[in-house]
Amino acid sequence: MLSMQHISKVYRTDLVETHALRDFSLDVGDGEFVAVTGASGSGKTTFLNIAGMLESFTSGTYMLDNEDVSGLNDNDRSKIRNQKIGFIFQSFNLIPDLDLFDNVDVPLRYRGLKAADRKERIQRALETVGLASRMKHVPAQLSGGQQQRVAIARALAGEPRFLLADEPTGNLDSLMARQVLDLLEEINEKGTTIIMVTHDPELARRAHRNVQVLDGQVTDFRPYEARPVAVEDSVPDVSEQIAPGA
Amino acid sequence: MFSYYLRLAIKSIRRHMVLSGLMVSAIGIGIGACMTVITVYYMMSGDPIPHKSADLFAVQLNAWEGPGPYDQEDADQIPELLTYIDATNLMESDIPDRSVAMHESGFTLDPANPDINPMLAIALFTTADFFAMFDVPFLYGGAWDDAADEAGASVAVIDFETNEEVFGGEDSVGQTLMLENNEVTVVGVLDRWEPVPRFYSAYNSSFGETNDVFIPLKVNQTWQKQNFGNTMCWGDTPMNSYDDFLNSECIWMEYWVELPTADQQSQFESYLAGYIVEQKKLGRFPIENAIAEIRNVTEWLEYNRVVSADFKVLVGLAIMFLAVCLLNTVALLLAKFSADAPRVGLRRALGASKATIFKQNLVEVGLIGVAGGVLGLALAWLGLQGVKAVNLGSYDQLATLDAKLVVFAIVVSLVAAVAAGLYPTWRICQVAPAAYLKTQ
Repeated sequence: MLSMQHISKVYRTDLVETHALRDFSLDVGDGEFVAVTGASGSGKTTFLNIAGMLESFTSGTYMLDNEDVSGLNDNDRSKIRNQKIGFIFQSFNLIPDLDLFDNVDVPLRYRGLKAADRKERIQRALETVGLASRMKHVPAQLSGGQQQRVAIARALAGEPRFLLADEPTGNLDSLMARQVLDLLEEINEKGTTIIMVTHDPELARRAHRNVQVLDGQVTDFRPYEARPVAVEDSVPDVSEQIAPGA
Repeated sequence: MFSYYLRLAIKSIRRHMVLSGLMVSAIGIGIGACMTVITVYYMMSGDPIPHKSADLFAVQLNAWEGPGPYDQEDADQIPELLTYIDATNLMESDIPDRSVAMHESGFTLDPANPDINPMLAIALFTTADFFAMFDVPFLYGGAWDDAADEAGASVAVIDFETNEEVFGGEDSVGQTLMLENNEVTVVGVLDRWEPVPRFYSAYNSSFGETNDVFIPLKVNQTWQKQNFGNTMCWGDTPMNSYDDFLNSECIWMEYWVELPTADQQSQFESYLAGYIVEQKKLGRFPIENAIAEIRNVTEWLEYNRVVSADFKVLVGLAIMFLAVCLLNTVALLLAKFSADAPRVGLRRALGASKATIFKQNLVEVGLIGVAGGVLGLALAWLGLQGVKAVNLGSYDQLATLDAKLVVFAIVVSLVAAVAAGLYPTWRICQVAPAAYLKTQ
């Protein structure tokens, strides 16, 4: 499980001190599918970066899979990132001059797996996202939705405990977004914990739990449907979109 | 992982063709210039007879009585050459395993075959020990014997090239040669022998070809050919005949001894000191600092300034030029790695540690270095051709890349590139992965 207690993150310059997270506490259980919502600048991405050990934090404690990861060195942090965490980004972040096979291969290379094992995992991951036949294509030959599926395959190939997704459907049209969402649900049903930052109400609704972030603090933990209107009002971009169907 | 890093490096180089090309060019030009100079320096400063250089000694006697110091620029320098009297006197010592006196002269060699044009032959008048002392290799026959030295027999050893030109490379032992009006019988033909520097006669000519013909020293008492090397005289000895010249206080002979043990060296130095005392009693060596010195091959080459101070400065300048090229490479690498920062951020997010990124980028830098080294070698080869052309053949042996130098050039360029790449590579490892993941 993932447990953050009283985490704060302060960005300092010579003139300004910016509190991105303040007294941020959150527990995510194994197998959960959590959506993190909030206005721009509320601290969602900072939280995700800290959860993914891409950034350090100023104070507090962070337990990942029952291990305190606060004081780990770069090597150990990289190892945990590689073995336990999968990332999905809004802009896919595929490497343009590598084919799909090599793109999915990237995290596996850093794990030091044997060639045969890597090949098997890559094939399986690409089959899961329905792109096994496009293995030798480069990202530019794929649609946006297909590229995001490759990114998901890359995250899945390492069989991570946690999948961290930052606006995974932000660059996709509604049809493709739905396909990606279905895929994420399928992955979650198989036991992978998913934490997802999103503005997309459909995604937020389908998560088990919706964590609302405001000014660097968690303000609500309830499922999306259980949230009072007052809370929704504090997140205009979400509440406005769900109003007609609510 | 090395092969993976190599594959990524090739892709990266292709992705940044212009920047990579500039880096390879910068390293290549630096290495090319540096290797051109270093190659000549390496050949100039090499030990031409490494297995024996510590046992062979050039002998000097300071009997200089000329006006002013022997060397106007360095008062401590003493003459490199001996008088004929001293050279023949010292030959009497039985302390050295071998001793050799020599001087050069020149002849028109007139081949018996009318199809071959007469040619200039640079001869070395010397003693039989020359060949064994300097480990000179023979293709046919061998050196003349001591009896030939004693009798001043008209025999000769010719070098490989002369044998090729005059006898078509056949075994010419027993054949005769006409050196102007003098007939000599060939007793030996040398195999290829091109010591660099030409240490045995470094004072007269440090570089260039070895002698064409070798003739017993005593023969010239009859032939009376003029010395081709430096001749310096003092005093007012009458000079009406060749015998007057031989008995004059003129220095023109080069003299070497082989002293393989420290004991022999010490004995011979004592012998030389005693010799000076004896000569003083005979009215010679009147100057106060009449001293004798012996120098082994390495010391002798240094004493003769085979590698000039100017050339050492040139080596320094070449190394500085390489450093400037590497500084440019550092700047280009910083630009290239900055452009690659988003990829590095992504790889870091996917599990690459800083150390992994460092190694991956260092392989790329190394690959650029090797490519620069190959280009540098090609440029060095061109540069050496230029050196040869400008110096009209006298640097032919010096301006040659051997296998050692090729490996050296590649290793230098690899090390130089990696050294240049350390800072940019370290910088790129400091990339905060999160900074680029939103903007890729």
